[in-house]
Amino acid sequence: MHELSVCQALIDEVARIATSCAARTVGRITIEVGQLSGVEPELLARAFEIARAGTCAAQAELSIAVPEIVVHCNDCGASSSARPNRLLCASCGGYRTRVLEGDGLRLRAVELDVPEAHAALH
Amino acid sequence: MCQTCGCTVTAGNAHLAAGDSHARPGAHATVEVLQDLLAANDRVAAHNREHFDEYGVLAINLMSSPGAGKTTLLEATIRALRDRYRIAVIEGDLETDNDAARIRAQGVPAVQITTGTACHLDAHLVHRALHDLPLAGLDLLFIENVGNLVCPASFDLGQHVNVVLLCATEGDDKPAKYPVMFRAADLVVLSKADLLGVMDDFDAARAEAALRALGRETPVIRAAARRAPALDAWLGWLEQQLTAPRAIAPLRPLQATAGV
Ligand SMILES: Nc1nc2c(ncn2[C@@H]2O[C@H](COP(=O)(O)OP(=O)(O)OP(=O)(O)O)[C@@H](O)[C@H]2O)c(=O)[nH]1
Ligand SMILES: [Mg+2]
Ligand SMILES: [Zn+2]
Ligand SMILES: [Zn+2]
Ligand SMILES: [Zn+2]
Repeated sequence: MHELSVCQALIDEVARIATSCAARTVGRITIEVGQLSGVEPELLARAFEIARAGTCAAQAELSIAVPEIVVHCNDCGASSSARPNRLLCASCGGYRTRVLEGDGLRLRAVELDVPEAHAALH
Repeated sequence: MCQTCGCTVTAGNAHLAAGDSHARPGAHATVEVLQDLLAANDRVAAHNREHFDEYGVLAINLMSSPGAGKTTLLEATIRALRDRYRIAVIEGDLETDNDAARIRAQGVPAVQITTGTACHLDAHLVHRALHDLPLAGLDLLFIENVGNLVCPASFDLGQHVNVVLLCATEGDDKPAKYPVMFRAADLVVLSKADLLGVMDDFDAARAEAALRALGRETPVIRAAARRAPALDAWLGWLEQQLTAPRAIAPLRPLQATAGV
């Protein structure tokens, strides 16, 4: 289950941000899991419960956004939504498409509890 | 907000981050980032690629479900090419080092990475293995990934090309069922092609159509590595890759990446 490795990377990144902001705790973590990223949101959520223990994100809540897949057609130039195993142009049916959205695996936002002194610095 | 982490304060939370008097001691701030979660892996993968390019080594990541014939294809390939090219193999496996032993029996160096519970190779594991290989004296490096059609697709290892094996006994719907893996393929090999006649419900055209539906023009070739070997298309493709011009780039040091 590579979802655990992905969680480890997520928590490393969150810890880096929390440290550089001198945050006391981490609240909600928002990530984007594309349907073509190879990561299962449900498995990731379960892995997160395990991976967060004993870290700065121990109390954190994970919120997972799964954006719709969008492809761009190199033949007719249209952009359309698509399914993971059917990435064809909805406009002309062509297969020379490029995925614009749906293969990302990204950290989008972290909610931090920042002490006033540090927050005032910004 | 914090200069060091490059994060920003949005309009909606700026007053909080600035220490609004309504906020209790301490404040909640939402840090907006757009950080690729596999960035650390991808950094090391790029570094691995520089290692390969430094010595002009072609690196091929071989992926498939368990038992689709990766090691058998490598054995036959080494026998066919070892007099003309200097070949080595990195073997990824959950537990044993059987595959590395099979490769060494063909007279070329092999490094085994036992991943334990990890179901895929990552760039760090491959980087570590590179130190046990005579890169300077190689033309071609195969990386046999862990048999798995899911996880390996997400991890760049620094390879130049991905080859995915689809075995005649697996069913022609695999590209539709594992789109992430088959989208990553630069070449799809229908392996154990000698069984295509027996598995008469495997329709190669249907497999190719499923691949096209992924928005890919990936070439599909057939190969049989046992009994009556049929390797012409595969060896032809390999020779093409080996003679294609590749950049020879100087190696830059790996910037502080933990665990390398
Ligand atoms: N008939 C036939 N059998 C084959 C062929 N290639 C491999 N096999 C058999 O398929 C089985 C698995 O082959 P391997 O090469 O070990 O497969 P693999 O993909 O390396 O397996 P893992 O590393 O465990 O994922 C063995 O029993 C091979 O003899 C082929 O071209 N034709
Ligand atoms: Mg094998
Ligand atoms: Zn896995
Ligand atoms: Zn179109
Ligand atoms: Zn290095």
